[in-house]
Amino acid sequence: MNEWLDPLLLARWQFGLTTVYHFLFVPITIGLATTVAIFQTVWTKSGNVAWLQLTRFFGTIFLINFAMGVVTGIVQEFQFGMNWSEYSRFVGDVFGAPLALEGLLAFFLEATFIGLWIFGWNRLPKGLHLATIWATAVGSVLSAYFIIAANAFMQNPVAFQMNQERGRAELVDIWELLANPVALAAFPHTIAAAFMVSSGLVIAAAAWHLKRGQHLYAMRRALKFGLWGMIVSGIATTFFGDQLTLAMVAAQPMKMAAAEATYVTVCGADASFSLFTLGTPDGKTELFSIRVPYLLSLLSTHSFDGCVEGLNDLQHEYEALFGPGDYMPVIWVTYWAFRWMIGLGVLHIVIAVVGLWVTRKGRHPKQKWVWGVAIWSFPLSLAAMIVGWIFTEMGRQPWIVFSLLKTEAAVSPNVSGLDVLISLVAFTLIYGILAVVEVRLVVRAIKKGPPEIAPPDPETGRVETHSTVY
Amino acid sequence: MDLAQLWFWIVAFLFVGYFVLDGFDFGVGMSLPFLGKDDVDKRVLINTIGPVWDLNETWVIVAGASLFAAFPEWYATLFSGFYLALLVILLALIARGVSFEYRHQRPDDQRWKRSFDWMIVIGSAVPALLWGVAFANIVQGVPLDEGHNYIGTFFELLNPYALLGGLTTLLLFFTHGVVFVSLKTEGEIRERARRLAVRSGILTIVVAASFLVWTGLAFGDLWFWILAVVAALALIGSWLANFRGAEGVSFTLGAITIGTAVFALFAALFPAVMPASNDPANSLTIENASSSPYTLEVMSWTALIFLPLVLAYQGWTYWTFRKRVSRSHIEGTEPAEPAPASGT
Repeated sequence: MNEWLDPLLLARWQFGLTTVYHFLFVPITIGLATTVAIFQTVWTKSGNVAWLQLTRFFGTIFLINFAMGVVTGIVQEFQFGMNWSEYSRFVGDVFGAPLALEGLLAFFLEATFIGLWIFGWNRLPKGLHLATIWATAVGSVLSAYFIIAANAFMQNPVAFQMNQERGRAELVDIWELLANPVALAAFPHTIAAAFMVSSGLVIAAAAWHLKRGQHLYAMRRALKFGLWGMIVSGIATTFFGDQLTLAMVAAQPMKMAAAEATYVTVCGADASFSLFTLGTPDGKTELFSIRVPYLLSLLSTHSFDGCVEGLNDLQHEYEALFGPGDYMPVIWVTYWAFRWMIGLGVLHIVIAVVGLWVTRKGRHPKQKWVWGVAIWSFPLSLAAMIVGWIFTEMGRQPWIVFSLLKTEAAVSPNVSGLDVLISLVAFTLIYGILAVVEVRLVVRAIKKGPPEIAPPDPETGRVETHSTVY
Repeated sequence: MDLAQLWFWIVAFLFVGYFVLDGFDFGVGMSLPFLGKDDVDKRVLINTIGPVWDLNETWVIVAGASLFAAFPEWYATLFSGFYLALLVILLALIARGVSFEYRHQRPDDQRWKRSFDWMIVIGSAVPALLWGVAFANIVQGVPLDEGHNYIGTFFELLNPYALLGGLTTLLLFFTHGVVFVSLKTEGEIRERARRLAVRSGILTIVVAASFLVWTGLAFGDLWFWILAVVAALALIGSWLANFRGAEGVSFTLGAITIGTAVFALFAALFPAVMPASNDPANSLTIENASSSPYTLEVMSWTALIFLPLVLAYQGWTYWTFRKRVSRSHIEGTEPAEPAPASGT
């Protein structure tokens, strides 16, 4: 019984569950806020009601997700103190600052202007109303920056000094903290990936209607927008992912070694990248593998003759530095998460290119499966984002702050396993129920299609809308 | 006053902002069964806070993050110590937050709407009660070990003094919200809200007065008493104004009541932030709980620049949605004419 009530294990499960769940809504809302803002801008400029229909249609889906993002976000902030109080005491001086900056600079902006956008359709002048959705979009992107800067400190601690007397890390330079190389690469990578997710959603929703031959005028435009959005953001994600790999190799060589499951240090042609490997579950024995020579060296060092340190060498190195212990993350998780992330990312760029080809010059594929693939591009792009996040966070183990504080030392000492179990069960239940409700609502909103909108009043330029929303 | 003390008062200000703002939308949420005779009424009630509940709730996130950054020890002790209470608050806020957005997604399904109505009611009442319980416990002090970790149980938090504190915030927020309804609506529902606020106001005055007197006798200093007297006068003034139909004055005085009462609690707490009831040596104070001077300086610049900006655009939001909501806005399918400008 008692091993089931280990507060550390349960708190880690809770963090994993609540973070992954919250992170489903983060990329959707970041990407969709900007997408909706672009649609509304095009409508404002062109006056073409199709873009207003798309604004309203994707706006509804955005709001369903936004509500979930907000309420699951509060849990994230609270659980640092609830489950990880030793962590909070140790890094609060450094880690708290970007969180507070996020609240003051980004979150207030987002939460205020989303209310103005939802309820402001006929209260605000057209241009000002358009500005409110852009303010929301800017707020969501800024918010991501501060969170990623905070997370980057956990991956690559910078801009601090140790205060031995207080037993904690203290901030010495806020600009250095915000310009953490890992944050500078992880931020554009994550934002671009969020646009892949929102593009996937736009493609999927458009494909659902096009497959049935309805709302063609608006949905063809949406599809084209989504496909181009997927290609551009896909290329950006790849480029910044490559930059992030370099920053990661410099800051956390163990994570890269774990991503490739390479146990011995390899150089040049030997530093090959395995596309697929069969091995024993602990990852120590390889049965079968498809490998691309030089690729790992290229990814890690941007040269053909670079070396990539192996897990065993790093393990010895860390034992000498930090004392005895196991410094490897769970290899099979990092290995496969890394592959799925890259594989799904590349797949999406391919799908988008093919999609543009088969629908060129207004062509309309008759085969149902073509549209089926397009519809799947949304959940799969979301999956790519999730495994990427799992890779980043699980690859950091056993550290909560790399090289400074181990996860096992960060947990709240006064919170019992039973308390954590109660909250884990409660969150699992409520998140599970909400997941069903949310998916049904999104599917329902997509099936319902864009609203019919009468052309705007020629004198006022206003469009028929109600002053109450709920 | 050093930076750490300044931040003590900024944190107090952020919680004041949270309780004044989310306080009235908790109240509106709790008033659904009392004021919402039918679905249209309920939609009127929900739409009075529709544009602002989200930004109101954000204040707790900013207050929490500021606590984390300025007083990491306080944040760690408080959040791990009040674990189950905060869990319940979180679950309530989750249920409530999604309900506003999801309730109207299936307009024809009455069972669907009723479920979300109850989630709004419970999701509003539970935090309104538990925030008061939490703050009363902070002022009263809790058992802490040398590492500043809470060593009591969940049920020790439910002591008579703290429960009275919880009842006080519950009633204060309820009346504050009902006054807000009378300020933001028209016709019969406005009149109903006014009458309900008169009745609930009396109960609120009695309970809040007992809580403030208890707090003052046990923990109060001069500043506490000054603030508490202002809070008490504002509360009585708010009730009188409502009685005479001056809703705007009543609502403003209600906000002043909550604001000064929360500041009074912080004054009673000062200079401790988390007194240890078992051994004063284990108490967390402004001094031993705060961040380094550099972090506080960074935070001070940020707050100095951005808080006024935030207050400005949030004030503008309230100005934009200053008009009353009436049944005709809900029932009618006519395009939204500007609502009759019947004062705010």
